[in-house]
Amino acid sequence: MLRHSLRRLLGLIPTLLMLITVAFFMMRVAPGGPFDSEKSLPPEIEANLNAKYHLDDPLLKQYFHYLGQVAVLDFGPSFQYKDWTVNELIAQGFPVSMTVGVLAMSLAFIVGTLLGIAAALRQNTRIDYSLMGVAMLGISIPNFVIAPILILVLAVYAGWLPAGGWDGGFASMVLPVLTLALPATAYIARLTRGSMIEVLHSNFIRTARAKGLPESVVIRRHALRPVLLPVISFMGPAMAGMISGSVVIERIFSIPGLGSYFVQGALNRDYTLVMGVVILYGVLIILLNFVVDLIYAWLNPKIRYDETS
Amino acid sequence: MSLLAVRNLDVNFDTPDGEVHAVTKLNFSISAGDALGIVGESGSGKTQTMMAVMGLLAENGHASGQALFKGHDLLQMDTAELNHHRGKEIAMIFQDPMTSLNPYLSIEKQMVEVVMHHQGLSKAEARAHALEMLSAVRIPDPERRIRQYPHEYSGGMRQRVMVAMGLVCEPDLLIADEPTTALDVTVQAQICQLMSELRRKSNTAIILITHDLGVVAGLCDKVLVMYAGHPVECGSVEQIYYRPRHPYTKGLLDSVPRLDQPEEKGLHAIPGNPPNLLSLPRGCRFRERCPKAFADCVEAPPMSVDSEGHAYRCFLDEPA
Amino acid sequence: MTKQAEKPIIDPFEAALGVSDVKGRSPWEHAWHRLLKNRAAIYSAYIMAGMLVLVMLGPLVVSWESDFTDWDYTSAAPSLESGHWFGTDAVGRDILVRTLEGGRISLLVGLVATIVSLVIGVTYGAVAGYYGGNTDRIMMRIVDIIYALPFMFFVILLMVVFGRHIVLIFVAIGAVNWLDMARIVRGQTLSLKNMEFIEAARACGVPPWGIIRRHIIPNLLGIVIVYVTLTIPQVILVESFLSFLGLGVQEPMSSWGALVSDGAQDMESAPWTLIAPALFLTVTLYCFNYIGDGLRDALDPKDRL
Repeated sequence: MLRHSLRRLLGLIPTLLMLITVAFFMMRVAPGGPFDSEKSLPPEIEANLNAKYHLDDPLLKQYFHYLGQVAVLDFGPSFQYKDWTVNELIAQGFPVSMTVGVLAMSLAFIVGTLLGIAAALRQNTRIDYSLMGVAMLGISIPNFVIAPILILVLAVYAGWLPAGGWDGGFASMVLPVLTLALPATAYIARLTRGSMIEVLHSNFIRTARAKGLPESVVIRRHALRPVLLPVISFMGPAMAGMISGSVVIERIFSIPGLGSYFVQGALNRDYTLVMGVVILYGVLIILLNFVVDLIYAWLNPKIRYDETS
Repeated sequence: MSLLAVRNLDVNFDTPDGEVHAVTKLNFSISAGDALGIVGESGSGKTQTMMAVMGLLAENGHASGQALFKGHDLLQMDTAELNHHRGKEIAMIFQDPMTSLNPYLSIEKQMVEVVMHHQGLSKAEARAHALEMLSAVRIPDPERRIRQYPHEYSGGMRQRVMVAMGLVCEPDLLIADEPTTALDVTVQAQICQLMSELRRKSNTAIILITHDLGVVAGLCDKVLVMYAGHPVECGSVEQIYYRPRHPYTKGLLDSVPRLDQPEEKGLHAIPGNPPNLLSLPRGCRFRERCPKAFADCVEAPPMSVDSEGHAYRCFLDEPA
Repeated sequence: MTKQAEKPIIDPFEAALGVSDVKGRSPWEHAWHRLLKNRAAIYSAYIMAGMLVLVMLGPLVVSWESDFTDWDYTSAAPSLESGHWFGTDAVGRDILVRTLEGGRISLLVGLVATIVSLVIGVTYGAVAGYYGGNTDRIMMRIVDIIYALPFMFFVILLMVVFGRHIVLIFVAIGAVNWLDMARIVRGQTLSLKNMEFIEAARACGVPPWGIIRRHIIPNLLGIVIVYVTLTIPQVILVESFLSFLGLGVQEPMSSWGALVSDGAQDMESAPWTLIAPALFLTVTLYCFNYIGDGLRDALDPKDRL
């Protein structure tokens, strides 16, 4: 198990390198630079600026310089927010995004699996059909459609919750977390239902029933683990989806998270900030996939043992 | 009183193409300590009969009739009531040992849970009991093996575990659904031997479902032959093997390769295919494949019983 | 359908059907029958057909031009008298016409970008699966790596870096959406290529590319159809997402996502500017998802009981 984990960890390095490389060159082949908008800059000042940020070096040199920086976790100064380093910006935005993301993910996992199991146990009844209809709607309604509607109804008309902003309090989290969790919840519910139905038809569940175990035990002890396996595998892509979703959510609810910084940075060609966010999220997704793999292996004795023997 | 008496059992399935009649008007009974073989081609309804008895039919299946176990009708019970009998008094072993054990739980968990649930023993007692049972089915080094997972067992070993798990609560009835079909011949023989040994030791009645007449002869005293959901013949092993009354049984026996017959006689396959269970023919269901069919066969023959208790569903009053 | 039935199709459903294949229907006929029984999918197909007609012909019928600003009615509520059935936006443009024309762009993006992802994904997957071995290992490792990248961010970067031209939207979205398709096609190809009829073709000296084209791709059709139907709504979603952020199609062109974005800004005073495009977009995604689901159930009845 340990060796397996270590080998997997080493395998992540090329992915990471690729991520940084692609992001770096994509940003740099683009026409235009970070100081274009400030048209009035005298050429010598712009040259000075470029020199300060090593933008006048050959591209490859810049690339290796950047790699060296990233290796010591220094993402450099932000081009746009003059007095800030990217590390400082990330330190500000990341906890906020993380809070929303983790809450939404937990909500999606818990509610999604419960709804999926409930639907599967009542397969082809009205409850099943309505749950799955709602789940399909949850998958189909884009975040940026549901968010304004929720704001309109719950914040503007009813006045129960703030329409946006972030004070770290519970009330300001409700709407963003709900909106972000919705598509993943719906997807997990559908996934769990399908998985549950498949597992309930498997031979070993028939054996468990033939043993005279109460249905609740059959489900909890025998079905739950295989049912959750595909859901666990989905957590990686779900996390990636949530990170994308958070860009919109943070914008709509005016949340000062990483997603807002990213969009601002991309629009202003703030190379270092954009790179920092992309790398951070890339690492996050890669690590999460790694953790998911470990959980998967832990839940699945077959993998667990194949690796040790 | 018989241990299990099945009366007028019908099993039907709703499918998109219509109703499939898997079992029609089936009657049989088995007494404590007896061994009954149920024989037939695939699709003859033998497995679905037992699934109905165990309350394990798929959602689209319905059973009607009676299945009296110690006088109580299993078909009328809800799941909770059934669970007082399943696993405790009636155990079932399935055809495919590779998928019938839960791959995510150790053998220990899977065996101990039955004992704890039905006999209210502590975990340690249940474990001791399980170990005893694993030794009884001759699993070497049970102390080590019990901690392993199904994928670490071979097919034959898994079926032994299934047998051990089925017998761990000392049931009155063991239903074995083609327990040896998926295994190779030497393992087959071992499993059969094991079951008959255990039967003698603990007086467990056995219902063996199979298409292998050889296995039946080795293990059972009575045989029920099924064809297209109908019972067609029922009698002692001698009656069925030496004096078959139904042409289908005769055909089945002829299709078994035998060493004591000259090679040029060859194998006799029964021509044709079993009827479509969606639209069964009127009259005798074997009519279209029967070498001795005659005009009367368009009417369904009743089950007749001769003086020796040998029952058969055929108009012909002569050995087939 | 009948033309397909004559080909030697190797499909899982034939085996799964068991008793009911007595009438000798082809797998495609079976799938078709199952699909017809799936009411959600059929209704969705009708709605989508209606939506297509509406979006194509609607703007010709409605009397307003999409860029016409009706100064008498700015931010006007929906009403029959004014002729603005769905109301107008802040500068007096008719919401109905704008929504229908936005729909053209959204659906066009959905279709074109899906085709892009289809071509890349099927080719990549079929090649990897067919050649197998090291080629397959390296190609799939690349897919794994790309999978781990936060792809939405790359689409955003692409849009920012290369400008927001509509062709680029097609390419950008298609270029990041082919991974699933490639994986699925590769898996299918891998299991197909060991089938006897492929061996036979190989033994007859048909070149690899010929085998891929003549034998493997036709047999992948079912699963590809399913994933195409499921990719279209994904792509539409990505485009509207970009447009919502202001990174998608640019004025005077519009798409549902851009309209929702505009509407969301005025929603407190003029909620109808949000509701019309949001409704059209959601209904479209909903229907496509149901059609895809229905097709999957029909073509692959493994978990149907």
